[in-house]
Amino acid sequence: MENAILSKEKFPELVNLIAAKNKLFAPVKENGFSLFKQVKEASEIDTSYVNTRVPPKSIIFKQTETLFRFTPGKKGNVEAIPEENEKIVIYAIRTCDAKAFALLDPVFLGDFEDPYYSARRRNSVLIGLSCSNPGPACFCTSFDDSPSSKEYVDILFTDIGDNYYVEGNTEIGKKFLEEYKTLFDSASDENVKSRDTVEKEAIGKIKRTMKLTGVAEKLDGMFEHSIWYEYARKCIGCGTCTYLCPTCHCFDMQDESTLNKGARIRVWDSCMYPEYTQHASGHNPRPTRMNRIRNRVYHKFNYFPKNAEVFGCTGCGRCIEYCSANIDIIEIINKIGEVEE
Amino acid sequence: MKANPYLPSLAIIEGIKEEVEGHRAIKTFRLAFQDDKNKKDFSYIPGQCVMVSLFGSGECMFAISSSPTQKDYIEVSVMKHGKVTSALHKLEEGDTIGIRGPYGNNFDVEGWKKKNLIFIGGGIGQAPLRSVINYTLDNREDYGNLEIIYGARTSADLCYKDEFVELEKRNDVKVHLSIDVEEEGWDKFVGFVPDNLLEVNPAPENAIAITCGPPIMIHYVIQNLLKLGFKEEQIYTTLEMRMKCGIGICGRCNIGNLYVCKDGPVFSYDQLKELQGDM
Repeated sequence: MENAILSKEKFPELVNLIAAKNKLFAPVKENGFSLFKQVKEASEIDTSYVNTRVPPKSIIFKQTETLFRFTPGKKGNVEAIPEENEKIVIYAIRTCDAKAFALLDPVFLGDFEDPYYSARRRNSVLIGLSCSNPGPACFCTSFDDSPSSKEYVDILFTDIGDNYYVEGNTEIGKKFLEEYKTLFDSASDENVKSRDTVEKEAIGKIKRTMKLTGVAEKLDGMFEHSIWYEYARKCIGCGTCTYLCPTCHCFDMQDESTLNKGARIRVWDSCMYPEYTQHASGHNPRPTRMNRIRNRVYHKFNYFPKNAEVFGCTGCGRCIEYCSANIDIIEIINKIGEVEE
Repeated sequence: MKANPYLPSLAIIEGIKEEVEGHRAIKTFRLAFQDDKNKKDFSYIPGQCVMVSLFGSGECMFAISSSPTQKDYIEVSVMKHGKVTSALHKLEEGDTIGIRGPYGNNFDVEGWKKKNLIFIGGGIGQAPLRSVINYTLDNREDYGNLEIIYGARTSADLCYKDEFVELEKRNDVKVHLSIDVEEEGWDKFVGFVPDNLLEVNPAPENAIAITCGPPIMIHYVIQNLLKLGFKEEQIYTTLEMRMKCGIGICGRCNIGNLYVCKDGPVFSYDQLKELQGDM
């Protein structure tokens, strides 16, 4: 099944059917903030959100997870944990967060396959929901994406009033929709127009632009520039920008154990902390905030393009919105563009 | 199903050799996989590294200090420094640890055939060099002249002392040892490794120089090699970074866009000087 419409009246039924067979994650509102959570019913879902505070990357690349269990000490032993094989459906994911998976895939499924990420990614269906109300920090359009990009999701929903306009993008998405086809109606030309209007209006609401032309190449010559010191003076080193970034993938591995049992745990880590790179000898290749801010910007806008031919940023705006020191990545990149060579 | 790269294989400590005593103690651990299949499947090239786990303490990346010509076991030489290495130093023969790997790139032992090799090591930096030195000695006819320049702070800090005694007896390899400050009974070179390099004065023709040691030593060794007429592409070194995953995902060991765990640890000076990043 490709393009169709779903009446909003039938939406709860669709949710029930999906949730019966899959682990369905969708945005819910808790304590005033939106987050992706497992839901059973349509009434739990809140799609009035701009974007969730924590990106849905956390569903596939968990903030904390057990890699394996072990018997600690000098007569140690290891015990693998069974691979997860539950079907995951993420509903109402935004373009920026869906694109993040396209950026994380080469990292986790590249030269070495990360089995934890891989199992969940393989078993997941991404259902996007077009943003009709982008926020003040959003800038996905700077990367030639749109609030209604369908290329990063399996299925895209667009709210066109009484109905959702539904587009199956990938084979997985089309097959998935096929299962529920009795709920859908065929789309009219009018519906297509409405969908395009929603997209156009949303694009019009995005007010900020990151000027990316030539930035990756220009950064090659800006490693020693004073701009890094300038922003380092503002930064408080809290790491929020990295924890809330949909494309950040750094993690730490720690052993947690009692006298006779233990586990190796993986937790999200942040390149904004000095301990992150601190050698046992005391030497630290990135000892100051200048080094760490510079590394973050280079990773997204120079190293990622070098390694994967794409910017490591999707324009979600979280690092701008939640930075306690008002550091603005758009401002940094645009300033870089203005630096005379 | 693909193997889980995070899951270590169990290995038994078959032997422990105390190389250096004191607060910067170094021990060489001889490790043999518990499982015969691992023993058979594990193959590596000098320069590569392994992640060693002591369950409950954590994991560390070490250069393999033995040569792949030696089957049945691998060796790592560990300086007691942090949490994991201190815990490793408390282990005894027969204890179990975890190994995963091998990781990283390697010394180009194939490409270096017929060439004269000069190994320049300092302190624990000799560990990866020992792997390639023993490999070339075991394939002696494939290589030209072999010369080893090695130094440490004091004679007590020299790693692999007994092995150097044996090497000095051979006539198919030259050994030039040094210590940083004078000591009674020491009749070899006194001074830093880069100075000993100038003293030895190896010829750059048809040669490859491989240097491992503390960053400051590497810095001056490279300068002196260039002075002696070595070209940038004739100089190789290994880099170190804090590592967790060992497979280029966890992010911390990057220098520029390269990950030392996966794209390193071996770099030619040619590559190194182009590399822009925090080291």
